[in-house]
Amino acid sequence: MRSCAESLSAYGLRALGREWGAPLLPRGGDITLCDQIVLIGSGMVWNVYFGVLAVAFGFVLATAVALAKGAPRRALRAPATAFVFVFRGSPLFIQFFFAYEALNLIPKVAGSLDLGFVTITADTRWLTRAWAGALIVLFLNTAAYSAEIFHGALRQVPKGDIEAADAYGLTGWPRFRRIVWPTMLRLAWPSYTNEAIFLFHATTLVFFSGFPAWQQSGDALYYANYFAQQTFNPFVPYPIVAGYFIVATLIIVALMGAVNRRLNRHLPREARPRIRLRPQIVR
Amino acid sequence: MFSFCADPKSLEGAAWFACYLTSGTHLAMYWSVGTVMLLLALAAPAAMAFGFAGALAARSRAAPLALAGRGYIAMVRGVPDVVFFLFVPIAVDQGVEYLRHLWLCPDWTEPVRRGADFVVCPVAKMPPSTAPRFAHDAWAFALALLAFALVFGAFAANTLRGAIEAVPRAQVETAEAYGMTPAQAFRRVVLPQMWGYALPGLTNLWMILVKATPLLFLLGIQDIVYWARELGGSKTQVYAYPHPDWRVWYFAALLAFYLTLTWGSERVFARLADRLARGQATAAGERLRRGRA
Repeated sequence: MRSCAESLSAYGLRALGREWGAPLLPRGGDITLCDQIVLIGSGMVWNVYFGVLAVAFGFVLATAVALAKGAPRRALRAPATAFVFVFRGSPLFIQFFFAYEALNLIPKVAGSLDLGFVTITADTRWLTRAWAGALIVLFLNTAAYSAEIFHGALRQVPKGDIEAADAYGLTGWPRFRRIVWPTMLRLAWPSYTNEAIFLFHATTLVFFSGFPAWQQSGDALYYANYFAQQTFNPFVPYPIVAGYFIVATLIIVALMGAVNRRLNRHLPREARPRIRLRPQIVR
Repeated sequence: MFSFCADPKSLEGAAWFACYLTSGTHLAMYWSVGTVMLLLALAAPAAMAFGFAGALAARSRAAPLALAGRGYIAMVRGVPDVVFFLFVPIAVDQGVEYLRHLWLCPDWTEPVRRGADFVVCPVAKMPPSTAPRFAHDAWAFALALLAFALVFGAFAANTLRGAIEAVPRAQVETAEAYGMTPAQAFRRVVLPQMWGYALPGLTNLWMILVKATPLLFLLGIQDIVYWARELGGSKTQVYAYPHPDWRVWYFAALLAFYLTLTWGSERVFARLADRLARGQATAAGERLRRGRA
Protein backbone atom coordinates (compact mmCIF):
# COMPACT_ATOMS: atom_id res chain seq x y z
CA MET A 1 0.00 0.00 0.00
CA ARG A 2 1.14 3.50 -0.84
CA SER A 3 1.40 6.15 1.83
CA CYS A 4 -0.32 9.47 1.30
CA ALA A 5 3.01 11.20 0.64
CA GLU A 6 3.81 8.64 -2.05
CA SER A 7 0.42 9.18 -3.71
CA LEU A 8 1.02 12.90 -3.66
CA SER A 9 4.40 12.64 -5.36
CA ALA A 10 3.17 10.04 -7.86
CA TYR A 11 -0.14 11.65 -8.84
CA GLY A 12 -0.03 15.24 -7.59
CA LEU A 13 0.53 16.60 -11.11
CA ARG A 14 -0.44 13.51 -13.09
CA ALA A 15 -3.26 15.36 -14.85
CA LEU A 16 -0.69 17.44 -16.74
CA GLY A 17 0.63 14.40 -18.53
CA ARG A 18 2.52 11.16 -18.20
CA GLU A 19 5.87 12.87 -17.62
CA TRP A 20 4.58 14.70 -14.58
CA GLY A 21 4.06 11.68 -12.33
CA ALA A 22 3.65 7.92 -12.34
CA PRO A 23 3.03 6.78 -15.93
CA LEU A 24 0.26 4.35 -14.98
CA LEU A 25 -2.82 5.10 -12.91
CA PRO A 26 -3.49 2.92 -9.85
CA ARG A 27 -5.71 -0.04 -10.65
CA GLY A 28 -8.38 -2.17 -8.97
CA GLY A 29 -7.67 -3.19 -5.38
CA ASP A 30 -4.46 -1.13 -5.32
CA ILE A 31 -6.42 2.13 -5.10
CA THR A 32 -6.18 3.99 -1.79
CA LEU A 33 -8.34 6.84 -0.56
CA CYS A 34 -5.35 9.19 -0.84
CA ASP A 35 -4.89 8.18 -4.49
CA GLN A 36 -8.46 9.19 -5.19
CA ILE A 37 -8.24 12.52 -3.38
CA VAL A 38 -4.87 13.41 -4.94
CA LEU A 39 -5.62 12.33 -8.50
CA ILE A 40 -9.08 13.92 -8.61
CA GLY A 41 -7.52 17.06 -7.16
CA SER A 42 -4.85 17.08 -9.85
CA GLY A 43 -7.63 16.82 -12.42
CA MET A 44 -9.05 20.09 -11.08
CA VAL A 45 -6.10 21.79 -12.80
CA TRP A 46 -7.92 21.29 -16.10
CA ASN A 47 -11.25 22.56 -14.77
CA VAL A 48 -9.51 25.69 -13.51
CA TYR A 49 -7.60 26.11 -16.79
CA PHE A 50 -10.74 25.85 -18.92
CA GLY A 51 -12.83 27.91 -16.53
CA VAL A 52 -10.42 30.82 -16.07
CA LEU A 53 -9.37 31.20 -19.71
CA ALA A 54 -12.87 30.74 -21.15
CA VAL A 55 -14.37 33.31 -18.76
CA ALA A 56 -11.52 35.79 -19.34
CA PHE A 57 -11.65 35.65 -23.16
CA GLY A 58 -15.42 35.19 -23.16
CA PHE A 59 -15.89 38.40 -21.20
CA VAL A 60 -14.31 40.47 -23.98
CA LEU A 61 -16.26 38.81 -26.79
CA ALA A 62 -19.48 38.94 -24.77
CA THR A 63 -19.20 42.71 -24.39
CA ALA A 64 -18.72 43.10 -28.14
CA VAL A 65 -21.61 40.75 -28.97
CA ALA A 66 -23.91 42.44 -26.45
CA LEU A 67 -23.20 45.82 -28.05
CA ALA A 68 -23.76 44.38 -31.53
CA LYS A 69 -27.02 42.80 -30.40
CA GLY A 70 -28.27 46.18 -29.20
CA ALA A 71 -26.96 48.05 -32.23
CA PRO A 72 -29.43 50.00 -34.38
CA ARG A 73 -27.91 48.60 -37.57
CA ARG A 74 -29.35 45.29 -38.72
CA ALA A 75 -26.08 44.15 -40.25
CA LEU A 76 -24.58 44.09 -36.76
CA ARG A 77 -27.66 42.92 -34.89
CA ALA A 78 -28.52 39.86 -36.99
CA PRO A 79 -25.19 37.99 -36.71
CA ALA A 80 -24.97 38.71 -32.98
CA THR A 81 -28.52 37.45 -32.42
CA ALA A 82 -27.81 34.33 -34.48
CA PHE A 83 -24.58 33.65 -32.58
CA VAL A 84 -26.34 33.90 -29.22
CA PHE A 85 -29.25 31.73 -30.40
CA VAL A 86 -27.02 28.95 -31.77
CA PHE A 87 -24.87 28.68 -28.65
CA ARG A 88 -27.68 29.10 -26.14
CA GLY A 89 -30.22 27.00 -28.03
CA SER A 90 -28.21 23.82 -28.40
CA PRO A 91 -26.62 21.54 -25.82
CA LEU A 92 -22.97 22.19 -25.00
CA PHE A 93 -22.51 18.44 -25.16
CA ILE A 94 -23.45 18.38 -28.85
CA GLN A 95 -21.39 21.51 -29.50
CA PHE A 96 -18.33 19.67 -28.21
CA PHE A 97 -18.98 16.68 -30.46
CA PHE A 98 -19.63 18.86 -33.46
CA ALA A 99 -16.54 21.01 -32.88
CA TYR A 100 -14.33 17.97 -32.46
CA GLU A 101 -15.50 16.42 -35.72
CA ALA A 102 -15.35 19.74 -37.57
CA LEU A 103 -11.83 20.45 -36.32
CA ASN A 104 -10.80 16.97 -37.41
CA LEU A 105 -12.18 17.68 -40.85
CA ILE A 106 -10.42 21.01 -41.44
CA PRO A 107 -6.94 19.59 -42.15
CA LYS A 108 -8.45 17.13 -44.64
CA VAL A 109 -10.46 19.74 -46.53
CA ALA A 110 -8.26 22.80 -46.26
CA GLY A 111 -5.03 21.22 -45.07
CA SER A 112 -3.00 22.82 -47.80
CA LEU A 113 -4.05 26.12 -49.23
CA ASP A 114 -2.71 26.61 -52.76
CA LEU A 115 -2.27 30.30 -53.49
CA GLY A 116 -0.68 29.72 -56.92
CA PHE A 117 2.77 30.96 -56.10
CA VAL A 118 3.00 29.48 -52.59
CA THR A 119 1.31 26.56 -50.84
CA ILE A 120 0.41 27.08 -47.20
CA THR A 121 0.20 23.86 -45.26
CA ALA A 122 -1.49 24.51 -41.96
CA ASP A 123 -1.02 21.97 -39.24
CA THR A 124 -4.32 22.25 -37.40
CA ARG A 125 -4.13 18.97 -35.52
CA TRP A 126 -3.44 20.75 -32.25
CA LEU A 127 -6.99 22.15 -32.53
CA THR A 128 -8.44 18.69 -32.03
CA ARG A 129 -6.73 18.36 -28.67
CA ALA A 130 -8.87 19.20 -25.65
CA TRP A 131 -6.67 22.04 -24.35
CA ALA A 132 -7.31 24.06 -27.51
CA GLY A 133 -10.49 22.73 -29.12
CA ALA A 134 -12.58 22.43 -25.97
CA LEU A 135 -11.35 25.82 -24.82
CA ILE A 136 -12.59 27.41 -28.05
CA VAL A 137 -16.03 25.83 -27.62
CA LEU A 138 -16.27 26.87 -23.96
CA PHE A 139 -15.09 30.37 -24.86
CA LEU A 140 -17.75 30.81 -27.56
CA ASN A 141 -20.39 29.23 -25.35
CA THR A 142 -19.80 31.43 -22.34
CA ALA A 143 -19.51 34.46 -24.64
CA ALA A 144 -23.03 33.75 -25.94
CA TYR A 145 -24.54 33.27 -22.47
CA SER A 146 -22.75 36.31 -21.05
CA ALA A 147 -23.67 38.41 -24.09
CA GLU A 148 -27.34 37.75 -23.33
CA ILE A 149 -26.81 38.87 -19.73
CA PHE A 150 -24.88 41.99 -20.79
CA HIS A 151 -27.45 42.77 -23.46
CA GLY A 152 -30.19 42.69 -20.82
CA ALA A 153 -28.09 44.94 -18.56
CA LEU A 154 -27.39 47.41 -21.38
CA ARG A 155 -31.13 47.86 -21.80
CA GLN A 156 -31.47 48.59 -18.09
CA VAL A 157 -28.89 51.40 -18.03
CA PRO A 158 -30.88 54.36 -16.62
CA LYS A 159 -31.87 56.95 -19.19
CA GLY A 160 -30.89 59.71 -16.79
CA ASP A 161 -27.27 58.51 -16.65
CA ILE A 162 -26.95 58.78 -20.42
CA GLU A 163 -28.66 62.20 -20.49
CA ALA A 164 -26.30 63.40 -17.78
CA ALA A 165 -23.33 62.16 -19.83
CA ASP A 166 -24.66 64.07 -22.82
CA ALA A 167 -25.02 67.18 -20.69
CA TYR A 168 -21.35 66.91 -19.70
CA GLY A 169 -20.41 66.65 -23.36
CA LEU A 170 -19.41 63.00 -23.22
CA THR A 171 -20.07 61.14 -26.46
CA GLY A 172 -19.01 58.00 -28.27
CA TRP A 173 -16.20 55.99 -26.76
CA PRO A 174 -15.61 58.09 -23.62
CA ARG A 175 -19.32 57.96 -22.80
CA PHE A 176 -19.35 54.20 -23.24
CA ARG A 177 -16.18 53.59 -21.24
CA ARG A 178 -16.97 55.93 -18.36
CA ILE A 179 -20.75 55.78 -18.05
CA VAL A 180 -22.47 52.95 -19.93
CA TRP A 181 -19.98 50.16 -19.46
CA PRO A 182 -19.49 50.46 -15.66
CA THR A 183 -23.25 50.66 -15.15
CA MET A 184 -23.80 47.67 -17.42
CA LEU A 185 -21.27 45.65 -15.44
CA ARG A 186 -22.81 46.74 -12.15
CA LEU A 187 -26.27 45.66 -13.24
CA ALA A 188 -25.11 42.42 -14.84
CA TRP A 189 -22.70 41.31 -12.14
CA PRO A 190 -24.99 39.12 -9.97
CA SER A 191 -26.17 37.18 -13.05
CA TYR A 192 -22.67 37.09 -14.45
CA THR A 193 -21.41 35.50 -11.25
CA ASN A 194 -23.89 32.70 -11.74
CA GLU A 195 -22.80 32.35 -15.35
CA ALA A 196 -19.18 31.98 -14.22
CA ILE A 197 -20.14 29.25 -11.76
CA PHE A 198 -22.31 27.60 -14.38
CA LEU A 199 -19.46 27.61 -16.88
CA PHE A 200 -17.05 26.25 -14.31
CA HIS A 201 -19.37 23.32 -13.70
CA ALA A 202 -19.71 22.82 -17.45
CA THR A 203 -15.97 22.25 -17.77
CA THR A 204 -16.59 18.74 -16.41
CA LEU A 205 -18.19 17.86 -19.76
CA VAL A 206 -14.99 18.30 -21.76
CA PHE A 207 -13.58 14.81 -21.40
CA PHE A 208 -17.00 13.19 -21.56
CA SER A 209 -17.74 14.32 -25.05
CA GLY A 210 -15.83 14.63 -28.30
CA PHE A 211 -12.42 15.36 -26.90
CA PRO A 212 -10.54 12.22 -25.82
CA ALA A 213 -8.19 12.31 -22.86
CA TRP A 214 -4.56 12.10 -23.93
CA GLN A 215 -2.28 9.78 -21.92
CA GLN A 216 -4.98 9.39 -19.28
CA SER A 217 -4.65 13.00 -18.25
CA GLY A 218 -8.12 14.40 -17.77
CA ASP A 219 -10.16 16.61 -15.50
CA ALA A 220 -11.53 15.86 -12.03
CA LEU A 221 -14.65 14.08 -13.26
CA TYR A 222 -12.62 11.98 -15.70
CA TYR A 223 -10.60 10.56 -12.79
CA ALA A 224 -13.67 10.17 -10.59
CA ASN A 225 -15.34 8.18 -13.33
CA TYR A 226 -12.16 6.13 -13.72
CA PHE A 227 -12.14 5.29 -10.00
CA ALA A 228 -15.87 4.48 -9.97
CA GLN A 229 -15.28 2.01 -12.78
CA GLN A 230 -12.15 0.53 -11.21
CA THR A 231 -13.56 0.08 -7.71
CA PHE A 232 -17.26 -0.40 -8.55
CA ASN A 233 -17.89 2.05 -5.75
CA PRO A 234 -19.36 5.43 -6.72
CA PHE A 235 -19.76 6.49 -3.08
CA VAL A 236 -16.15 7.65 -2.68
CA PRO A 237 -14.96 9.36 -5.89
CA TYR A 238 -18.12 11.33 -6.75
CA PRO A 239 -18.48 12.93 -3.31
CA ILE A 240 -14.78 13.87 -3.59
CA VAL A 241 -15.46 15.70 -6.88
CA ALA A 242 -18.51 17.30 -5.33
CA GLY A 243 -16.37 18.49 -2.41
CA TYR A 244 -13.73 20.02 -4.69
CA PHE A 245 -16.41 21.78 -6.71
CA ILE A 246 -18.16 23.19 -3.67
CA VAL A 247 -14.85 24.68 -2.52
CA ALA A 248 -14.16 26.05 -6.01
CA THR A 249 -17.68 27.51 -6.19
CA LEU A 250 -17.13 29.29 -2.86
CA ILE A 251 -13.85 30.73 -4.19
CA ILE A 252 -15.59 32.03 -7.33
CA VAL A 253 -18.34 33.60 -5.23
CA ALA A 254 -15.73 35.28 -3.02
CA LEU A 255 -13.77 36.67 -6.00
CA MET A 256 -16.84 37.85 -7.88
CA GLY A 257 -18.26 39.28 -4.65
CA ALA A 258 -15.10 41.39 -4.24
CA VAL A 259 -15.55 42.73 -7.77
CA ASN A 260 -19.22 43.37 -7.01
CA ARG A 261 -18.27 45.43 -3.95
CA ARG A 262 -15.80 47.45 -6.00
CA LEU A 263 -18.38 48.10 -8.75
CA ASN A 264 -20.95 49.28 -6.21
CA ARG A 265 -18.63 51.17 -3.86
CA HIS A 266 -20.31 54.51 -4.65
CA LEU A 267 -23.73 53.31 -3.52
CA PRO A 268 -25.08 53.42 0.03
CA ARG A 269 -24.69 50.06 1.67
CA GLU A 270 -28.34 49.08 1.60
CA ALA A 271 -28.73 49.91 -2.11
CA ARG A 272 -25.95 47.56 -3.20
CA PRO A 273 -27.26 44.53 -5.03
CA ARG A 274 -26.33 41.27 -3.37
CA ILE A 275 -25.16 38.27 -5.29
CA ARG A 276 -27.69 35.51 -4.93
CA LEU A 277 -26.42 32.10 -5.77
CA ARG A 278 -28.64 30.60 -8.45
CA PRO A 279 -26.58 27.79 -9.90
CA GLN A 280 -27.93 26.22 -13.03
CA ILE A 281 -27.48 22.88 -14.58
CA VAL A 282 -26.16 21.38 -17.75
CA ARG A 283 -26.22 23.71 -20.67
CA MET B 1 -37.43 0.15 -47.15
CA PHE B 2 -37.97 0.78 -50.86
CA SER B 3 -38.05 -2.00 -53.43
CA PHE B 4 -35.12 -0.60 -55.39
CA CYS B 5 -32.88 -0.81 -52.32
CA ALA B 6 -32.10 -4.50 -52.79
CA ASP B 7 -28.66 -3.85 -54.23
CA PRO B 8 -27.34 -0.59 -52.73
CA LYS B 9 -23.97 -0.82 -54.53
CA SER B 10 -25.63 -0.23 -57.88
CA LEU B 11 -27.38 2.94 -56.75
CA GLU B 12 -26.28 6.53 -57.20
CA GLY B 13 -27.31 10.05 -56.22
CA ALA B 14 -30.73 10.63 -54.75
CA ALA B 15 -31.76 6.97 -54.88
CA TRP B 16 -28.65 6.01 -52.91
CA PHE B 17 -29.46 8.62 -50.28
CA ALA B 18 -33.11 7.56 -50.11
CA CYS B 19 -32.02 3.99 -49.40
CA TYR B 20 -29.16 5.04 -47.10
CA LEU B 21 -31.37 7.23 -44.93
CA THR B 22 -34.01 4.50 -44.56
CA SER B 23 -31.63 1.62 -43.77
CA GLY B 24 -32.31 -0.46 -40.67
CA THR B 25 -29.77 1.37 -38.52
CA HIS B 26 -31.12 4.73 -39.57
CA LEU B 27 -34.64 3.67 -38.62
CA ALA B 28 -33.19 2.73 -35.21
CA MET B 29 -31.76 6.25 -34.98
CA TYR B 30 -35.17 7.78 -35.73
CA TRP B 31 -36.63 5.64 -32.97
CA SER B 32 -33.99 6.97 -30.59
CA VAL B 33 -35.39 10.46 -31.24
CA GLY B 34 -38.54 8.95 -29.75
CA THR B 35 -36.48 7.92 -26.69
CA VAL B 36 -35.43 11.55 -26.21
CA MET B 37 -39.03 12.72 -26.57
CA LEU B 38 -40.22 10.02 -24.16
CA LEU B 39 -37.61 11.12 -21.63
CA LEU B 40 -38.76 14.73 -21.96
CA ALA B 41 -42.42 13.73 -21.70
CA LEU B 42 -41.81 11.66 -18.55
CA ALA B 43 -39.05 13.67 -16.88
CA ALA B 44 -40.94 16.98 -17.00
CA PRO B 45 -43.98 15.82 -14.98
CA ALA B 46 -41.78 13.68 -12.70
CA ALA B 47 -39.52 16.65 -11.97
CA MET B 48 -42.60 18.81 -11.37
CA ALA B 49 -43.92 16.25 -8.89
CA PHE B 50 -40.56 16.09 -7.09
CA GLY B 51 -40.35 19.86 -7.21
CA PHE B 52 -43.86 20.41 -5.84
CA ALA B 53 -43.26 17.93 -3.04
CA GLY B 54 -39.92 19.55 -2.29
CA ALA B 55 -41.38 23.07 -2.28
CA LEU B 56 -44.27 22.07 0.01
CA ALA B 57 -41.87 20.21 2.31
CA ALA B 58 -39.48 23.16 2.48
CA ARG B 59 -42.37 25.46 3.46
CA SER B 60 -43.82 22.98 5.93
CA ARG B 61 -44.30 23.94 9.59
CA ALA B 62 -43.02 20.56 10.74
CA ALA B 63 -39.31 21.10 11.32
CA PRO B 64 -38.01 17.70 10.11
CA LEU B 65 -40.03 17.94 6.91
CA ALA B 66 -38.86 21.49 6.26
CA LEU B 67 -35.28 20.42 6.89
CA ALA B 68 -35.63 17.51 4.44
CA GLY B 69 -37.11 19.79 1.78
CA ARG B 70 -34.46 22.47 2.19
CA GLY B 71 -31.74 19.85 2.32
CA TYR B 72 -32.97 18.36 -0.96
CA ILE B 73 -32.94 21.74 -2.69
CA ALA B 74 -29.54 22.64 -1.27
CA MET B 75 -28.06 19.24 -2.12
CA VAL B 76 -28.26 19.66 -5.86
CA ARG B 77 -26.94 23.22 -5.84
CA GLY B 78 -23.23 23.88 -5.95
CA VAL B 79 -22.40 20.48 -7.40
CA PRO B 80 -22.10 19.91 -11.15
CA ASP B 81 -25.18 17.99 -12.24
CA VAL B 82 -23.11 15.64 -14.38
CA VAL B 83 -21.83 14.25 -11.11
CA PHE B 84 -25.42 13.47 -10.13
CA PHE B 85 -26.19 11.94 -13.50
CA LEU B 86 -23.27 9.58 -13.10
CA PHE B 87 -23.82 8.95 -9.40
CA VAL B 88 -27.58 8.46 -9.02
CA PRO B 89 -28.08 5.59 -11.51
CA ILE B 90 -25.19 3.51 -10.12
CA ALA B 91 -26.13 4.27 -6.51
CA VAL B 92 -29.81 3.41 -7.02
CA ASP B 93 -28.95 0.32 -9.05
CA GLN B 94 -26.65 -0.99 -6.32
CA GLY B 95 -29.09 0.03 -3.59
CA VAL B 96 -31.99 -1.86 -5.19
CA GLU B 97 -29.83 -4.91 -5.77
CA TYR B 98 -28.61 -4.80 -2.17
CA LEU B 99 -32.15 -4.59 -0.77
CA ARG B 100 -33.29 -7.45 -2.99
CA HIS B 101 -30.20 -9.35 -1.85
CA LEU B 102 -31.14 -8.89 1.82
CA TRP B 103 -34.74 -9.88 1.07
CA LEU B 104 -34.23 -12.82 -1.28
CA CYS B 105 -31.03 -14.38 0.06
CA PRO B 106 -31.11 -14.00 3.87
CA ASP B 107 -28.70 -16.91 4.43
CA TRP B 108 -26.01 -15.56 2.09
CA THR B 109 -22.98 -15.07 4.33
CA GLU B 110 -20.30 -13.68 2.03
CA PRO B 111 -19.87 -9.90 2.04
CA VAL B 112 -21.38 -7.90 -0.81
CA ARG B 113 -18.39 -5.63 -1.29
CA ARG B 114 -15.34 -7.74 -1.97
CA GLY B 115 -12.44 -5.41 -2.56
CA ALA B 116 -13.18 -3.84 -5.89
CA ASP B 117 -16.27 -5.97 -6.66
CA PHE B 118 -19.92 -5.58 -5.87
CA VAL B 119 -21.46 -9.05 -5.74
CA VAL B 120 -25.02 -9.91 -4.83
CA CYS B 121 -26.61 -13.36 -4.99
CA PRO B 122 -27.70 -14.27 -8.55
CA VAL B 123 -31.46 -14.05 -7.89
CA ALA B 124 -31.10 -10.50 -6.60
CA LYS B 125 -29.71 -9.18 -9.88
CA MET B 126 -31.76 -6.36 -11.32
CA PRO B 127 -33.18 -6.94 -13.84
CA PRO B 128 -32.92 -10.77 -13.59
CA SER B 129 -30.30 -12.22 -15.90
CA THR B 130 -33.01 -14.21 -17.68
CA ALA B 131 -34.93 -11.06 -18.60
CA PRO B 132 -35.05 -10.10 -22.27
CA ARG B 133 -32.85 -7.34 -23.64
CA PHE B 134 -35.81 -4.99 -23.63
CA ALA B 135 -36.07 -5.23 -19.83
CA HIS B 136 -32.41 -4.26 -19.44
CA ASP B 137 -32.93 -1.23 -21.68
CA ALA B 138 -36.09 -0.24 -19.81
CA TRP B 139 -34.32 -0.55 -16.44
CA ALA B 140 -31.41 1.62 -17.61
CA PHE B 141 -33.90 4.16 -18.95
CA ALA B 142 -35.84 4.16 -15.67
CA LEU B 143 -32.65 4.84 -13.70
CA ALA B 144 -31.75 7.69 -16.04
CA LEU B 145 -35.26 9.08 -15.67
CA LEU B 146 -34.93 8.98 -11.89
CA ALA B 147 -31.64 10.89 -12.08
CA PHE B 148 -33.25 13.55 -14.29
CA ALA B 149 -36.31 13.80 -12.03
CA LEU B 150 -34.15 14.15 -8.89
CA VAL B 151 -31.86 16.83 -10.29
CA PHE B 152 -34.52 18.86 -12.09
CA GLY B 153 -36.95 18.32 -9.22
CA ALA B 154 -34.60 20.19 -6.89
CA PHE B 155 -34.43 23.13 -9.27
CA ALA B 156 -38.19 23.08 -9.85
CA ALA B 157 -38.69 23.00 -6.07
CA ASN B 158 -36.67 26.17 -5.73
CA THR B 159 -38.64 27.92 -8.49
CA LEU B 160 -42.01 26.80 -7.12
CA ARG B 161 -41.11 27.83 -3.59
CA GLY B 162 -40.27 31.28 -4.89
CA ALA B 163 -43.55 31.41 -6.85
CA ILE B 164 -45.63 30.45 -3.83
CA GLU B 165 -43.99 33.21 -1.82
CA ALA B 166 -44.47 35.70 -4.68
CA VAL B 167 -48.27 35.53 -4.52
CA PRO B 168 -49.19 38.73 -2.63
CA ARG B 169 -49.49 38.05 1.07
CA ALA B 170 -52.57 40.30 1.29
CA GLN B 171 -54.54 37.90 -0.89
CA VAL B 172 -53.88 34.99 1.46
CA GLU B 173 -54.84 37.19 4.41
CA THR B 174 -58.07 38.16 2.65
CA ALA B 175 -58.85 34.49 2.03
CA GLU B 176 -58.25 33.76 5.70
CA ALA B 177 -60.48 36.69 6.65
CA TYR B 178 -63.25 35.02 4.65
CA GLY B 179 -62.81 32.02 6.91
CA MET B 180 -60.83 29.71 4.65
CA THR B 181 -58.47 27.25 6.30
CA PRO B 182 -54.78 27.51 5.26
CA ALA B 183 -55.23 24.48 2.99
CA GLN B 184 -58.28 26.00 1.32
CA ALA B 185 -56.54 29.34 0.89
CA PHE B 186 -53.59 27.58 -0.70
CA ARG B 187 -55.79 25.56 -3.07
CA ARG B 188 -58.14 28.36 -4.09
CA VAL B 189 -55.97 31.47 -3.98
CA VAL B 190 -52.26 30.62 -4.11
CA LEU B 191 -52.29 27.59 -6.42
CA PRO B 192 -54.11 29.21 -9.38
CA GLN B 193 -51.99 32.36 -9.24
CA MET B 194 -48.53 30.97 -8.57
CA TRP B 195 -48.03 29.66 -12.12
CA GLY B 196 -47.64 33.12 -13.59
CA TYR B 197 -44.77 33.76 -11.21
CA ALA B 198 -43.30 30.29 -11.69
CA LEU B 199 -43.44 30.28 -15.49
CA PRO B 200 -40.22 32.20 -16.30
CA GLY B 201 -38.23 29.91 -14.02
CA LEU B 202 -39.96 26.79 -15.31
CA THR B 203 -39.40 27.88 -18.92
CA ASN B 204 -35.73 28.24 -18.21
CA LEU B 205 -35.72 24.84 -16.55
CA TRP B 206 -37.44 23.22 -19.53
CA MET B 207 -34.82 24.68 -21.87
CA ILE B 208 -32.10 23.26 -19.66
CA LEU B 209 -33.90 19.89 -19.55
CA VAL B 210 -34.08 19.79 -23.34
CA LYS B 211 -30.40 20.55 -23.54
CA ALA B 212 -29.57 17.95 -20.90
CA THR B 213 -31.11 15.03 -22.81
CA PRO B 214 -27.89 14.17 -24.70
CA LEU B 215 -26.51 13.15 -21.30
CA LEU B 216 -28.49 9.93 -21.76
CA PHE B 217 -25.51 8.93 -23.84
CA LEU B 218 -23.28 9.13 -20.76
CA LEU B 219 -25.58 6.70 -19.02
CA GLY B 220 -25.00 4.11 -21.72
CA ILE B 221 -28.37 4.42 -23.42
CA GLN B 222 -28.49 4.17 -27.20
CA ASP B 223 -29.74 7.69 -27.82
CA ILE B 224 -29.24 9.95 -30.80
CA VAL B 225 -25.69 10.84 -29.82
CA TYR B 226 -24.81 7.15 -29.79
CA TRP B 227 -26.33 6.63 -33.24
CA ALA B 228 -24.76 9.77 -34.68
CA ARG B 229 -21.32 8.51 -33.68
CA GLU B 230 -22.12 4.99 -34.79
CA LEU B 231 -23.60 5.82 -38.21
CA GLY B 232 -21.37 8.79 -39.00
CA GLY B 233 -18.06 6.95 -38.69
CA SER B 234 -16.45 6.02 -41.99
CA LYS B 235 -17.76 2.79 -43.54
CA THR B 236 -15.57 0.60 -45.75
CA GLN B 237 -16.69 -1.37 -48.80
CA VAL B 238 -17.64 -4.26 -46.48
CA TYR B 239 -20.75 -2.29 -45.52
CA ALA B 240 -23.81 -1.97 -47.71
CA TYR B 241 -23.46 1.81 -47.80
CA PRO B 242 -19.77 2.73 -47.78
CA HIS B 243 -18.98 6.39 -47.07
CA PRO B 244 -16.17 8.47 -45.55
CA ASP B 245 -16.31 9.98 -42.06
CA TRP B 246 -19.62 11.85 -41.98
CA ARG B 247 -19.89 12.38 -38.23
CA VAL B 248 -19.66 16.13 -38.59
CA TRP B 249 -22.87 16.10 -40.68
CA TYR B 250 -24.65 13.91 -38.19
CA PHE B 251 -23.74 16.25 -35.36
CA ALA B 252 -24.77 19.22 -37.49
CA ALA B 253 -28.17 17.51 -37.85
CA LEU B 254 -28.34 17.03 -34.07
CA LEU B 255 -27.54 20.71 -33.56
CA ALA B 256 -30.34 21.63 -35.97
CA PHE B 257 -32.71 19.25 -34.14
CA TYR B 258 -32.01 20.83 -30.76
CA LEU B 259 -32.17 24.37 -32.13
CA THR B 260 -35.61 23.62 -33.59
CA LEU B 261 -36.74 22.11 -30.32
CA THR B 262 -35.63 25.10 -28.22
CA TRP B 263 -36.97 27.58 -30.78
CA GLY B 264 -40.37 25.86 -30.81
CA SER B 265 -40.45 25.66 -27.01
CA GLU B 266 -39.71 29.36 -26.74
CA ARG B 267 -42.74 30.19 -28.87
CA VAL B 268 -45.04 27.84 -26.95
CA PHE B 269 -43.94 29.28 -23.62
CA ALA B 270 -44.38 32.83 -24.86
CA ARG B 271 -48.03 32.04 -25.65
CA LEU B 272 -48.48 30.27 -22.33
CA ALA B 273 -47.09 33.30 -20.49
CA ASP B 274 -49.68 35.49 -22.21
CA ARG B 275 -52.43 33.04 -21.32
CA LEU B 276 -51.43 32.98 -17.64
CA ALA B 277 -51.11 36.77 -17.44
CA ARG B 278 -54.69 37.27 -18.62
CA GLY B 279 -56.81 38.89 -15.92
CA GLN B 280 -53.92 39.09 -13.43
CA ALA B 281 -53.23 42.28 -11.49
CA THR B 282 -49.69 42.52 -12.86
CA ALA B 283 -47.91 44.65 -15.44
CA ALA B 284 -48.15 41.86 -18.03
CA GLY B 285 -51.87 41.39 -17.33
CA GLU B 286 -52.45 45.13 -17.59
CA ARG B 287 -50.66 45.24 -20.94
CA LEU B 288 -52.89 42.44 -22.27
CA ARG B 289 -56.02 44.25 -21.05
CA ARG B 290 -54.96 47.51 -22.73
CA GLY B 291 -54.06 45.64 -25.90
CA ARG B 292 -57.52 44.17 -26.20
CA ALA B 293 -59.41 47.35 -25.35
